[in-house]
Amino acid sequence: MTASVTERPRTRNPRRRPHLGLVLAGVLTAWLIGWYFLRGTHTLELAPAQLTGLHQALNELNHAIATNRDTNPLFVYFFDVIRVIVGEFAGFIQGLIAQPAFGAPVPVLGWLGVVAVAGYIAYTVGNARVSVLAMAGFTVLGLQGLWQESMDTLALTLAAVTIALAFTIPIGIWAGLSDRFHRAITPVLDFMQTMPTFVYLAPLTLFFLIGPASATIATLIYAAPPTVRLTAHGIRAVPPQMVEASDSLGATRWQLLTKVLLPAAKRTILLGINQTMMAALAMVTIAALINAPGLGNTVINALQSHDVGTAFNGGLAIVILAIVLDRVTTAAGADRERAAPQQGWAARFGTGLRTPALLLGGVATAIGIWLSRTFVWAAEFPGAGTLGSWVEGITEGITEWVRSNFAVATTGLKDGATALVINPLQALLTESPWWLIAAVILTVAVVLGNVRAAIVAASCIALIIGTGLWHDAMITLASVLIATAIVVAFAVVIGVWMGRSQRVDQIVRPVLDAGQVMPPFVYLVPFLALFEATRFTAIVAAVMYASPVAIKIVTDGIRGVSATTVEAATASGASTWQVITKVQLPMARRALTLATNQGLIYVLSMVVVGGLVGAGALGYAVVAGFAQTSLYGKGLAAGIAIVLLGIMLDRITQAAAKRT
Amino acid sequence: MTTLHHPTESIDKQRDRLSEPVISVRELWKVFGPKAAEVPTSPDLRALDRRELIEQTGCTAAVRDIDFDVAEGEVFVVMGLSGSGKSTLVRCLTRLIEPTAGSIMFEGDDLLTAGDKHLRELRRNKFSMVFQHFGLLPHRKVIDNVAFGLEINRMSKAERHTRAQEVIELVGLGGNEHSYPHQLSGGMQQRVGLARALAGDPDVLFFDEPFSALDPLIRRDMQSEVVRLHQEVGKTMVFITHDLSEALKLGDRILIMRDGQMVQAGTGDELIGAPADDYIRDFVRDVPKSDVLTLRWIMRAPREDDPLDGPELGPDVVVGEATRRVLEADRPVKVVADGTLLGIVGDDEILAIVAGPEGDHA
Repeated sequence: MTASVTERPRTRNPRRRPHLGLVLAGVLTAWLIGWYFLRGTHTLELAPAQLTGLHQALNELNHAIATNRDTNPLFVYFFDVIRVIVGEFAGFIQGLIAQPAFGAPVPVLGWLGVVAVAGYIAYTVGNARVSVLAMAGFTVLGLQGLWQESMDTLALTLAAVTIALAFTIPIGIWAGLSDRFHRAITPVLDFMQTMPTFVYLAPLTLFFLIGPASATIATLIYAAPPTVRLTAHGIRAVPPQMVEASDSLGATRWQLLTKVLLPAAKRTILLGINQTMMAALAMVTIAALINAPGLGNTVINALQSHDVGTAFNGGLAIVILAIVLDRVTTAAGADRERAAPQQGWAARFGTGLRTPALLLGGVATAIGIWLSRTFVWAAEFPGAGTLGSWVEGITEGITEWVRSNFAVATTGLKDGATALVINPLQALLTESPWWLIAAVILTVAVVLGNVRAAIVAASCIALIIGTGLWHDAMITLASVLIATAIVVAFAVVIGVWMGRSQRVDQIVRPVLDAGQVMPPFVYLVPFLALFEATRFTAIVAAVMYASPVAIKIVTDGIRGVSATTVEAATASGASTWQVITKVQLPMARRALTLATNQGLIYVLSMVVVGGLVGAGALGYAVVAGFAQTSLYGKGLAAGIAIVLLGIMLDRITQAAAKRT
Repeated sequence: MTTLHHPTESIDKQRDRLSEPVISVRELWKVFGPKAAEVPTSPDLRALDRRELIEQTGCTAAVRDIDFDVAEGEVFVVMGLSGSGKSTLVRCLTRLIEPTAGSIMFEGDDLLTAGDKHLRELRRNKFSMVFQHFGLLPHRKVIDNVAFGLEINRMSKAERHTRAQEVIELVGLGGNEHSYPHQLSGGMQQRVGLARALAGDPDVLFFDEPFSALDPLIRRDMQSEVVRLHQEVGKTMVFITHDLSEALKLGDRILIMRDGQMVQAGTGDELIGAPADDYIRDFVRDVPKSDVLTLRWIMRAPREDDPLDGPELGPDVVVGEATRRVLEADRPVKVVADGTLLGIVGDDEILAIVAGPEGDHA
């Protein structure tokens, strides 16, 4: 009896992994038996419009804050002050480049002025190449018919980055100089980066309302950690010999900081600024969910009406903006002097040319600004975005063509995966009694990790039940686990390939870099076109989003295996396959678990975005919470549930990583 | 070699003739660990050897009760193997590492009681250091690296560049002043380090194994460079090395350390001629003695039957230089100083050194 019972579900269940050991197989068997007999009981299901006491309490809190925010001193003198200052600052930058301001019907700088200034800044901090790239990129944005949307996005990004840097660089310097402060701030940064991207949008709107101000605040919080981390890292990585040498020459602490540490850490700090910039751009587009103006808005509206053409055009604009910002800040980080040859005509010619070029560029920029303030054609982008409608048309054409010609393949893939993988796992997770799943999770936490991870997991489970969204959390968990499994599989295959071949690495790495720069939204568009709004689409998008990071980690891990060990294995007659499976992968186990951990975190941060395209469950609840006041509390609770899932999975995988 | 004389006394006299020491170190201790301060003051703990000290207190004494003086214009070498405490010692002298106990007088100034500001003044004007790994600033050109100490000391840009250019020429780097450190070879980078140390015109230069990271040929060039600079600018130098031949080549006097303690201090020929213990004897075994020992160390008292009408040589002539004269003469060479006959050197004495004594090849 038992044998036949276990046999049937096991063939349906693709998560069989005998190599994980007998214990896990036993756990799975027990789970399947439990599921078979107990399915449908204690599942803690909640109907979409149904609210728990907690959700209502949060609704009431929202309401209470809304009615009392004009009288409560905490709001009048603290939150509102921050909101007004940040809002004014963001509005000021928007007035410079995006929105009509200062009594004029157009922004201070018209499009020609912005293009000129962008080109000039790119040349000043970088080189001629990125300058041309910036000007061309910005012009394309105009041709797409998305000039104002792009400038709104850019303005909010710049506002958030400026404010963030004002805090993060000093904090990073402090963390670089003081061990104690470094120890104190590292877990905070870890937590900030573990937290799925979109969940603090909801609490922020509670305090700062919706609109550009809270979008900027959310963005600067999200974008802050890389600069802090990399500034601290840059300062810490300065060789002690350099510090000792300046000490021996009698440098004061201030001289040490300004003349040695900061210049030596400059490249790393600029890398941090680059990462902060990219994170800010990604978040500003997402912040369209709380009514931030800009390209994110265009894409979200298009996604919600399944208008692939418009979504793709908007996504393309985000990508262009991302490439321009990335290239310019990267070029600023490349050390011009050190890269230049020491002597010879090239160096002399280059430096000789640079000063006149700067002057000339300055004059050209001034003319551009003047033109853009004088003539309408230079102020408002002429034409109605012909390139944009062309892009939209082409996209829709291709989508239509793919749909009609490959419908069998795409639907087959989608339906097959849904029926064979997604549905069974989701059934197992959602139909099992909550206590059975809790027992399984805790056992896995102990077996793979340690008791501490299990304790954290237990608290997270209790709190998720507390949010009233256990059932939704299990649906989300199913998608997350499947997406992560695919990510890890990709990471192992491609990572091993890249780690073993320099040539493959050279070809694939730029693709991964580009993938990491793109804001998460953009991933959804093509898959939405192919697979329509389903759980499958959300999973594929999450896989695309999370794979680059995981692949890079595995590549580095494989590369980190000592060449001598590989050589020794080859010398003793191991085949390529044996070298990979018996030497390189086992020795890169830490990298594998780390890749799993990061893959999970990245997949999880796509949950909310997935909610926009049919993933349902927690992601949908968050999105719905922004849209409907009556669901606000539920959305907030769903955000919390995502964070709890994140903490739980992070702790378990990290504990597992430490054991390897 | 039973007839060796011990000419320590005359060396001491020589030293006395010089002015008072630039650096005077007494009972210097540097202990790392939880009970660091107790070790130098407790007679029980002082008596423990390295391993016993770690077992009982968890402390390591990197520098133990070191005494020495460095005279003006002297090249004083501290030599020892890695872990002997020599690098810690030189850092104590500049207080890059804070000593645990003892005293360091620098030009009559008590270094250990100097406040931060006073210490910075000393570092800016009185002494400077050359490091094993150069410690150059990669984001600065050679000239700005050399001028760094002057910049720290708030010298105007024009002035410090003029001075830096002088020193760059002095160390033979002329023409490279606008390069970046990474564009230079290791030897050239260390010349930059040397120039930086010289730029502030300090009284004393400290060298912490400056040439250990360089290739042997470059190392030899750099050693000659230091000898040349010492002759040209006449600075007092304290030189740390693990390389005995380097120590013998550069050092007026050499202090040998082991496990934080001084084993022997003296001139090169003293160390080789009269090793204080087996450790030193083992150490100096492979040194070509004829390059270091002087006639003073190998001469013997004349015997009744020795003819005393051979050629004359001074006692400080190195054996290698005297070899040909002694072997060509058909009589023993007389070692004479100020008209007094100190002893004689015959073929046997020379051959014992040049060819090695019997049984040394075992």
